[in-house]
Amino acid sequence: MESTQIREYLPVLMLVILAVGFSFGMLLFSVIVGKKGRRPAIKDTAYECGMLPIGAGNTRLSVKFYLVAMLFILFDIEVVFLYPWAVVYKDMLRTNGPAILGAMLSFMLILFVGYIYALKKRAFDWKN
Amino acid sequence: MQDILFYVFAGLVLICGFLVVANPFSRSPVTSAMFLVLTIISLAGLFVLLHAFFLAAVQILVYAGAVMVLFLFVIMLLDLKVEDRRRLKVFSIVTGLGASGAILFMFMRHLLHAPLVGQSATLSEGATIPLGHLLFENYLLPFEVVSVLLLVAMVGVVLLSKKELK
Amino acid sequence: MTQAIIDWAQSPAGAFALFSALKILCAFSVLMFIVAYSVWVERKVAAAIQDRIGPNRVGFFGLLQPAADAVKAFLKEDFTPGHVRKVYFWLAPAIVMIPSLLTMALIPFGSNIGSQKMVIADLNVGILYTFGIVSLGVYGIVLAGYAANSKYPFLGGIRSSAQMISYEIAMGLSVIPIFLLVGDLNLSSVISYQSGGIFGWLIFKQPIAFLIFMVAMFAETNRLPFDLPESEQELAGGYNVEYSSMKFALFFMGEYAAMTTASAMMVTLFLGGWTLPFAGLDQPATTLIGGILHIAIFLVKMCSVIFMIIWVRWMWPRFRYDQLMDLGWRRFIPLALANIVITAIIVWAATK
Repeated sequence: MESTQIREYLPVLMLVILAVGFSFGMLLFSVIVGKKGRRPAIKDTAYECGMLPIGAGNTRLSVKFYLVAMLFILFDIEVVFLYPWAVVYKDMLRTNGPAILGAMLSFMLILFVGYIYALKKRAFDWKN
Repeated sequence: MQDILFYVFAGLVLICGFLVVANPFSRSPVTSAMFLVLTIISLAGLFVLLHAFFLAAVQILVYAGAVMVLFLFVIMLLDLKVEDRRRLKVFSIVTGLGASGAILFMFMRHLLHAPLVGQSATLSEGATIPLGHLLFENYLLPFEVVSVLLLVAMVGVVLLSKKELK
Repeated sequence: MTQAIIDWAQSPAGAFALFSALKILCAFSVLMFIVAYSVWVERKVAAAIQDRIGPNRVGFFGLLQPAADAVKAFLKEDFTPGHVRKVYFWLAPAIVMIPSLLTMALIPFGSNIGSQKMVIADLNVGILYTFGIVSLGVYGIVLAGYAANSKYPFLGGIRSSAQMISYEIAMGLSVIPIFLLVGDLNLSSVISYQSGGIFGWLIFKQPIAFLIFMVAMFAETNRLPFDLPESEQELAGGYNVEYSSMKFALFFMGEYAAMTTASAMMVTLFLGGWTLPFAGLDQPATTLIGGILHIAIFLVKMCSVIFMIIWVRWMWPRFRYDQLMDLGWRRFIPLALANIVITAIIVWAATK
């Protein structure tokens, strides 16, 4: 006996197949229908508003982006923990209210300390 | 139907996982990272087949959506070039084979003795709500410890990256 | 052979698969229609605001303009410059398009017609699936920037991905008060929670959450005032500079599809979904007419949100990058956290 929830993932799979098929189909179709033009040398250079490009296309990027990505993971994990809490919150309030509220308050407080630390260390400061 | 899907996803996991470490067509680190994303998504498919719906969603949200973005950023931060094809040394072959053999041995020892029928019927429906109850009733202390862990990680990140900025 | 197919179609599994396929195809065609015509509406609104006429050559009122645009996009030269990384250059437009199509799976676009629920997949993980797919949207843009191997696209791609991940946090945090009130991640439950009176709509119960969600949605879909990845004056077009023909069009279709599904998500979460608070329209339909009416209500609400998004584009100047990051990290995250705590305390006080 299949459960009802797992059955609901069948349309998701069908949609994935449709989305992938559609996207690559569009690419393929445009190759078949599209015109082929001439290919002068200037067409193969990177577009920089008419200037000839100097140096490599990809340079190293600032460490700040790395910092943002790292902080993003940490906050993302916090958010993920908040979802199971949010859905059982009303239910558990009836049995032991202060515990469920206190559990998340302390969790968020500890993380908020980290947030304040990052803030004071100017980790979110992009102006310089 | 589910059996076929299991083999499809399991096959995808194995193929993509193999291409992460040993891609015969490309040695670019970005390609490896993208195959790792595909591996993670196929794993999420396997989780769905095991009725672990919350885990599947979180797998995509955290691993494919956050951790792998960081990987890509680090690859671009360090401006990694295409790796040269290294020659395999005898030492690394021997230790590699030894390590994988040991893991295989441990798996087989358990698999041969354990009953293969799962007993995970408790969490099967609407996995988020039972998971929440379990987390906040039985595992409250580990949950709070996680917040300290995240705090330490946050401080570490800020310290490391701010050092470089000066 | 034909008998086997008919038997399969009449079995429960077969009927389910067929109805799902039908719903997917209908929803997909409607989405594509809205994508095509929101471009037309965008150009007409822009023209009206800037005191121009806008597209009026192809068809009556320029109504066939989207079709002409599609033909143009297909027939143009599909050029792959020599300096790009070919594989990713080809993959990136498709990777942008796929997640924005996948997010429509969870949207309840009507109550029911007959015994069929008007949602493609009624998943219990609900919003988590949506956020998971949305977070995959970063790859298309970052890969487009990487593949172009040129300075403007690279900057645009990196900027955009940092912006998207920053606002994903605010977006994820902003909707948690909703699930505190509803007690279920399933989006159908969110809608049934909002039935009964217009003040049952979550926009009135959670105005701060609505505000944060809306702004984060603008940032996630790279719409003005947050369209820094393609800010023309600085980056000449951003991550799609090196693209031409259908690949370029796919980026735009992806953007408009993401905008459409994001508006649908906003209608579902905050504006009561397919319900209207009078004439019994907030209960699941029992007749065919009622079912169709619910879909119509949903579409009208969604199109109004899309119209608002387009309107905002021509009314607001663009943010500067440091202002954008400042707003996301320093304003919205504390605000969203405070909103969660306050809602939790109110719910606690109410149950006592």
